[in-house]
Amino acid sequence: MSVSEDRGRRGGVPAPDAPGAGGARHWLARLNPAAKLLAALLLGLGLVPAVDAVTGGVVLAGVLLVLPFSGIDRHTLLVLGGPFLLMGLSSGLVNYLYGEHGAEGALGAAVRLLAIALPGLLAAVSSDPTEMADGLVQRLRVPERPAMGVLAALRLIPLLADQWRTVTLARRARGLEAGRNPVRMVTLFFGRLFALLVRSIRTGTLLATAMDARAFGTGPRTWARESRWRVGDTLLLAGAALLLAGAYALSARLGTLVLLFS
Amino acid sequence: MADHDRRGPSGATAEHPAAPSPLRPPGGGGARVELSGWGWRHAGRESYALRGVDLTVEPGERVLLLGASGAGKSTLLHSLAGLTGPDGALNGDQEGTLLVDGLPADRGRGGVGLVGQDPETQLVMARAGDDVAFGPENLGVDPALIWPRVDDALDAVGFPYGRRHPTGALSGGEKQRLVIAGALAMRPRLLLLDEPTANLDPAGAALVRGVLERLLAETEATLLLVEHRVADVVGLVDRVVVVEPGGGVVADGDPAAVFAAHGRSLAEQGVWVPGDEPSPGPAPAPGGGPRVEAVGVAARTPFQLGAGAPPRRTVLEGVDLSVAAGTATALTGPNGAGKSTLLTLLAGLSRPHRGAVLPRGPLAEADRRPLARWPARLLSRHVGTVFQHAEDQFVTGTVRDELRFAPRRAGADGAGTERRVDELLERLRLTGLADAHPYTLSGGEKRRLSVATALSSGPSHAPGVLVLDEPTFGQDTRTWTELVELLGGLRAEGCAVVVATHDELLLRHFADVRVRVAGGRAVPGTAGKAEL
Repeated sequence: MSVSEDRGRRGGVPAPDAPGAGGARHWLARLNPAAKLLAALLLGLGLVPAVDAVTGGVVLAGVLLVLPFSGIDRHTLLVLGGPFLLMGLSSGLVNYLYGEHGAEGALGAAVRLLAIALPGLLAAVSSDPTEMADGLVQRLRVPERPAMGVLAALRLIPLLADQWRTVTLARRARGLEAGRNPVRMVTLFFGRLFALLVRSIRTGTLLATAMDARAFGTGPRTWARESRWRVGDTLLLAGAALLLAGAYALSARLGTLVLLFS
Repeated sequence: MADHDRRGPSGATAEHPAAPSPLRPPGGGGARVELSGWGWRHAGRESYALRGVDLTVEPGERVLLLGASGAGKSTLLHSLAGLTGPDGALNGDQEGTLLVDGLPADRGRGGVGLVGQDPETQLVMARAGDDVAFGPENLGVDPALIWPRVDDALDAVGFPYGRRHPTGALSGGEKQRLVIAGALAMRPRLLLLDEPTANLDPAGAALVRGVLERLLAETEATLLLVEHRVADVVGLVDRVVVVEPGGGVVADGDPAAVFAAHGRSLAEQGVWVPGDEPSPGPAPAPGGGPRVEAVGVAARTPFQLGAGAPPRRTVLEGVDLSVAAGTATALTGPNGAGKSTLLTLLAGLSRPHRGAVLPRGPLAEADRRPLARWPARLLSRHVGTVFQHAEDQFVTGTVRDELRFAPRRAGADGAGTERRVDELLERLRLTGLADAHPYTLSGGEKRRLSVATALSSGPSHAPGVLVLDEPTFGQDTRTWTELVELLGGLRAEGCAVVVATHDELLLRHFADVRVRVAGGRAVPGTAGKAEL
């Protein structure tokens, strides 16, 4: 074990070109993705019963405090977090207009949605996909085949985007274009989607064949990279539990706690 | 230890004589391969790809496997790699026996390394070292022993970067080197190479060929190689085996002897036999005025989503280029330098970041606006495009419908359309396949159909401009010759032909103007024929 660990660290030093692995990795990025996922799950599920703004707000504030240590740049946060923000706001708006609890209930709905979504987003974006798969398989005992399959598929996403562009150009070359007709737009979209599906099935089959040719799935595997559980990972889980408990306690103390179906 | 991390660009450590080499598998030597009465039929097919194959390959032999396209060469390699067994990735019926070291190949666990054509679909992991480690992990190698194996394999292929280098940032040739390293890390006793340079540009192919030469000289593993361009590898093997579609081994022996006895018939079947390359005589180029002109065109890479995605960069800057009627214009240059981007701009399929692609001559009479702003229906009548992957441009369910599609949309009457479709089918030897689904055609047939669809939309016989991306890629000599002669005929009729290609033979026999696309620029060179 000590040898592989040693090697792993050695391999990790000189990588100015590896994304997300530059010089000083941020605190959250260094943690085991399995721990981050568990913490996010804990916070998310823990907030389901509470629909008031204070409980969700405390959790949201706590998670926001972690944000500067996640190493996520503003651009990525905006692109990926934007939809959640929009969902939160629209959920709030709908509750405000049609809900039974007025402005307070609306704020609660919006804050709760964000507080549930943000930890998961942070866990996913701050983790390297390879480490995530390692963590899932080795720490959380997720079956190997799907985990490795999803990981390999992730590598193909840029390829898929390229193929989508090519299929789009090819339709124009054949004289197919929707113009301003919405019905044609929809039928053409599905035509392109089908062409892309055919291409990606082929690509996926080739990749699966290549994985089989490298003896994938022929017997028990070993792990070249050890997914380690450190003190920090335990602390993260403890912190998440504490944050959740604190949020409920504060809200109860202030008398603002509203539970679902109450 | 730290030396490994500063692996020099030349991969100098690979030459170290004392280093334990992945080229010499433990247990020594290579595997013995025995096939007797072996046959394979793909699921759902009536005829066998190969049948009655009797072949023995002794440990350590280097064998080049030859045959016409569709002769099942790749299938044979895949079967040896254990991919055709009951739990294998490939479905079909197998007969006879196929033994590697005396055991049925589908029971083999490791011991066999397979390198395929396209590196893009063979890399599994996001980082170079992790990818090479994938094979040993699957074999259950002790983790402590995996990383030394990975380093050895990376050294053996002269991989110039560290273990953590992202695989997405590699060039095609570098990716294929990494794929070979991934196979070597499994310490195979049998190494199977299925056209390992087929999908690479000349620079990448040269890189991989360098690795293959060393591998062939040093490895003790038995080696089976399939390669389209025979001349590149024939000096590296000591035995040539020729198989026949639907049959077995028809020739076997020393390369010189096999080519002396069967060279002619192989060449006639479409195999690229050294010294017997096709020499087509396309109709001469009449030349003519400009049809399409790029003025100050700049282009950027498309936007990519996700953390760690590379930012958009400029691939073309201030490109001026005129494409003339009755002339074959060839775009050359390394992969990723913007050839295909320039091609889609010239075809009016996408908008340049700056500048414009303008119609000239008769095209300008149809519409004076930049090509990118033409409605698709009008564009397809004047500019035909043939994509690198033929399947991308198929939009219907049968070969006949593919060719009817454009004339029907242009409002042609039924009888006229049928006549034109029959003409095109005849011209591109697709008549017998008129009712087949385009996706079920062979590679050569798909290529011919994709050219036919581009021709079908033209007002009389063909569009005024025909743009093709790597049209000869992976084709056998028969399809190759047909294509060159067909394109020559279109050129003689006054069509402006633009091809992006690496194919030196195509450049020599067909290109009138060469334009080198590299470093964001497009530099017109001399006429292809005059240069040689």
